[in-house]
Order: sequence, then structure tokens, then C-alpha cells
Amino acid sequence: MAYGASSWSFEERDFQRIDRLLQGFLYDSNARCALLVDRTGQMVTSAGEKPEFDTTAFSSLAAADFSANDQLASMIGESEFSSLFHQGEKESMYLADVARRVILVVLFDNRTTLGMIRIKVKGVVRELAEIFREMFDRSAAEPRASRVEPGFADEAEDEIDRLFGDL
Amino acid sequence: MSMINYASREINCKIVYYGPGLCGKTTNLEYVYEKVAPSTRGKLISLATETERTLFFDFLPVDLGAIRGFKTRFHLYTVPGQVYYNASRKLILKGVDGVVFVADSQVERLDANIESMHNLYDNLAEYQLDLREIPFVIQYNKRDLPNISSLQELEEQLNPGRVPTFEAVGVRGIGVFDTLKAVSKSVIKSLS
Repeated sequence: MAYGASSWSFEERDFQRIDRLLQGFLYDSNARCALLVDRTGQMVTSAGEKPEFDTTAFSSLAAADFSANDQLASMIGESEFSSLFHQGEKESMYLADVARRVILVVLFDNRTTLGMIRIKVKGVVRELAEIFREMFDRSAAEPRASRVEPGFADEAEDEIDRLFGDL
Repeated sequence: MSMINYASREINCKIVYYGPGLCGKTTNLEYVYEKVAPSTRGKLISLATETERTLFFDFLPVDLGAIRGFKTRFHLYTVPGQVYYNASRKLILKGVDGVVFVADSQVERLDANIESMHNLYDNLAEYQLDLREIPFVIQYNKRDLPNISSLQELEEQLNPGRVPTFEAVGVRGIGVFDTLKAVSKSVIKSLS
């Protein structure tokens, strides 16, 4: 069974490196919160203030937003829009591409400025891209063996029957 | 499979409902949303036009709970069915783990089904994915209507690979969960 071209895994050691980076970025930029969302719409991790909104829905929309803008870029002859900015009255969002696979979403308010966010994002994106490239290379080099422990599928199937069985 | 998050111990699987305009993709998701326990599902997001036609996608996360220590969740997406929304359709297929093709059984929609199926093959090919190699099921919807194609004809036209198929009446929920169960089990199997 094929997994598709974009299989990868995110491990504890990756989390620790990335979390350190994001914490440093938040401290330097004075942003409230940073989320990493993969291009398929799944949240990878977040740092800073815990979001009060539904992060699952947010991630799917952020990925769709970014992908739609990518297509718009190609229509006007650009290879990409590497960043997007959405300005609100109090809260704003800055989205930046990381290694073409992940999106960094920064939420900030009037405690900082767009200029500051832009400058600090540039640096952190460079470092994140390096880490993610390593992760993707690692995933690509791994044999396509089972990535879940034995018994996972049976247990999950039982749960599917239990949840959806009588509906 | 797009990503296993060992750090947060989460597995998210993306399932996309595909098919021609007005075949009942959104209806499937709405029925799932209505019937599963509120603790099991997240918010149903619909990016639709004023006339409730899907413009970009619908999105519904459904939680299986913790399986062997991994929080396991299905992300259900629909695509816009209308022909001219192909750019959006293609985006939604990114990182897909399993596909449900919802066919409209009405005789006059047979060509639209065939066209949409070809479009699905083409769009997946752009992500180097082959429908014959990923979890895939077909739902023959609207089986309660009078003017419908026979199952045999639908099978001949839409299912050369003989993947699992389900008859459905989406508006009444018939076949909706049989379809979801089949594709989600197939996706889970593909992880092992």
C-alpha cells in the first residue's frame, strides 16, 4: 500500500529543538503565539500562549489559505508568496513558508509591530527549514516499514465499529 | 500517510469525499456530524457560497480516541464538485490518505460521474498518487430516486478496479456510516 509522497514523522527530539527555537522567536519578537501547520492541514506543534480557538479547524483553514495563495502566485507568474499577512483590529496573523512543506503561523497584537515580526520570522524560518529538511531526509531514508506498533490496526478497527457501528 | 506526530502522540488521517456537483458529499459530512457523539467530533467547517454550494471545502474532524497511546483522528474533507473549481479540488487532495467517491445514481448524471472520476485520477497523479494503490471506496448515492442507473451499469462505468462500493441515500443517512467505516478501516490498515 502506498503512503503517498509526503510521509514523514515528527519525534520528541524534533519537538524539543523546534520548541526551543520557537520560544526564542516569541521572546525576541513579542508575538503571542506561533503554530506550525503542515501543508495538508495538520498542526505539528505550537508555542507561546495556548490558543483559545479550535486548533484543528484553524490548521485546516490556514493550510488552505496558504495553498490558495500559492496558486494565485503562480497565476501572476510568481513561484510563490513566501509569506502572507492578515491584519485585524487587535489581532493579526503572519504566515510564512518553511521548506515548502510546513507553514509557520504567528499570532500577534499591538505589543509588537509587523516590521519586527517580519524581521524575526526571516531568521527563525531559516533555522526551521534546516531542521525540517533533516527530518524529511530522515523519513525518506527510512524503510517503508510499519510505523505503528503491532495491534494498532486491530484496536483501531474495533473502535471504528464501536463508534460508527449502530449509526 | 502524511504525518505521525510522535511528540504529541497523534495520528491524523485525511479522507476526502470526491464526486460531481450535487452528488451529496456535503450531505454525507452533515449526517456524520449530526449522528456521532459531540465528544467525538470537532467543528464542521463549510466554505460555501450563499446558495450553499461548496466553494472550497467542508471539513469535519472525527476522533477515534487513544489507540495504543496515540490519539487517532480522521480529518474528513469534501471538495467542490462543480467542474470549474478544479484548482480548489486539487489543493484539498494534498496529503490524502483515503478517498470516497460519491456517485450520483441518476441516469442523467452518469456522464458527470465519469468526468469527475477521470478528474480524480488526473488530480491524484499530480501528487504521484494512484487510486489503485491508496484506500478507496465508492458510494452510489441517491438510490431512492426513480430515474437511476442500475448497479451493474455504474460498476461497469465507474469501478473497473472493483473497489468496495456502497449503496446510499445520503439525506436519510442510509449507507453513510458503512462508507465511512470501510474507508477509515482501509486507511488504518495502510498504516500497518
